[in-house]
Amino acid sequence: MTVTDAPPTAVDTTTAISLRGVSKAFGHGGNAVVALEGINLDVRRGEFVCLVGASGCGKSTSLNLIAGLDRPTIGDVTVHGRTALMFQEAALFPWLTVRDNVALPLRLAGMGRNQRHRRAEDLLEKVHLGGQGGRRPHELSGGMRQRAALARALAQDAEILLMDEPFGALDAMTRDLLHDELEQVWKSTGLTIVFVTHNVREAARLSDRIVLLTSLPGKVADEFPVKIDRPRRIDSTEVMGLAAAVTDRLRAEVRRHGD
Amino acid sequence: MATDVTDLKLAEEIAGLDALEAHLGTHPSRARQVWSTVWPKVAAVVLALGLWQAVVWSGWKPRWVLRGPDQVLPTLFDLVGTASFWTAVSITMRRALTGYLLAMVIGSAIGIAVARLKLLRTAVGSLITGLQTMPSIAWFPLAILLFGLTERAIMFVVVLGAAPSIANGLIGGVDHVPPLMLRAGRMIGAKGFGLYRHIVLPAALPTYVAGLKQGWAFAWRSLMAGELLVIVANRPSIGDQLQLARDNVDSDRMLALMIVILVVGIVVDTIFGRADLAIRRRWGLIDHST
Repeated sequence: MTVTDAPPTAVDTTTAISLRGVSKAFGHGGNAVVALEGINLDVRRGEFVCLVGASGCGKSTSLNLIAGLDRPTIGDVTVHGRTALMFQEAALFPWLTVRDNVALPLRLAGMGRNQRHRRAEDLLEKVHLGGQGGRRPHELSGGMRQRAALARALAQDAEILLMDEPFGALDAMTRDLLHDELEQVWKSTGLTIVFVTHNVREAARLSDRIVLLTSLPGKVADEFPVKIDRPRRIDSTEVMGLAAAVTDRLRAEVRRHGD
Repeated sequence: MATDVTDLKLAEEIAGLDALEAHLGTHPSRARQVWSTVWPKVAAVVLALGLWQAVVWSGWKPRWVLRGPDQVLPTLFDLVGTASFWTAVSITMRRALTGYLLAMVIGSAIGIAVARLKLLRTAVGSLITGLQTMPSIAWFPLAILLFGLTERAIMFVVVLGAAPSIANGLIGGVDHVPPLMLRAGRMIGAKGFGLYRHIVLPAALPTYVAGLKQGWAFAWRSLMAGELLVIVANRPSIGDQLQLARDNVDSDRMLALMIVILVVGIVVDTIFGRADLAIRRRWGLIDHST
């Protein structure tokens, strides 16, 4: 059981994340809950992967393992680069302005005041919040808060962005625009993104590859490469078609669970 | 370039959506806000004075025992004009300030220690809450025994009265930091002392200020008891003056001094209230919709 946090080397630059035979159980003995079982997953550098599944499939657990917040019970988790994690709630600090929120990772990294204010402004521009830096989190809408959280995650200067259902609490129109914005940010930064969601259409809209997880225990049921040209529309026939195929597969898995 | 156009379109769409979702709400004007806090207080004071006068006129107690505002208020105005009054006030306020600041330092130090060290918390956590419920007056016999009839005896009881509330305010604040905040903080690289300084303590501030406010109430009460029980030579404080008025059966003076004590308590409490309001405004905890 090892978790290695290796910096990018000249030898291996193509794989950002590698899970080998990863299992994770919570609790002990008879009461143990197996969240993940025998997960094998590789994520290439710069790839956008969506983990999709119903509740209890260990999606969030997988992210925690990749982020290094938890260790697998069995198996190896290898991550090349730093990770930044985004949650469903923006989790901005209410006592700081938006700009200070985005600048906090920079401050913790030791960056000077002027420099980090400038960098925070740049990042806010990137997520279309330029000029809003002086406001406080409670003055922003849900979508704006998540964009600020994205800016804060980008401030961590990580190579890998982990997102745990970040748009789950937002309305459809806001989600749509944030999909476009996320895609734009991804293209301009070349980040590796692992995006967890139960929304199959969202996964088809955003990712290069959909990894379908079953529930209790979480296993990789299937993988769907997404060969649709970008930019995509969530209501295009290809995206809807793929989403339907994935949904059918997911439902089959859920049915099997009921047997 | 096509991507530039789509990028621009996206920026415009987002800006449009943001504008639609912008916080809509009419905030009352400053003057209106001030008036809305002032007039109820004035009305309450007038009502209280009216009730007091009514009780006096009813003859419930003989005139020479229970004095009405018609006698006490003029005495108060005369009192406020004398130098000795302001000397008394300065002595009392200086004691209050030093005692409270000392309680703040000690209470906060204990609070942080207990919040951080599990062993300490198990050992003395309940003791602190127990101390909070103990009437300050019960400490005076011990204080006088230890320090004699001195300033230190008074300070001893003031600190013992206020520090537990302040400690508990800090402990409560630290305990109630939402786990998501801690997770987010750790995620962005805050750990150990940095986590405490940037996340835990700012998050604990509202509850801490509530503890400070309660600590003040206890400090003021302990101080007044102290000034009545511990007569320090050459220190004519407010409590001292109060005792003197009682000895001379000067009911007017006595009641006037009690009004002064009440007013000081209210003024300082208002300051705490403003601080609390400022914090809530910053955090967005104020509901403007009413």
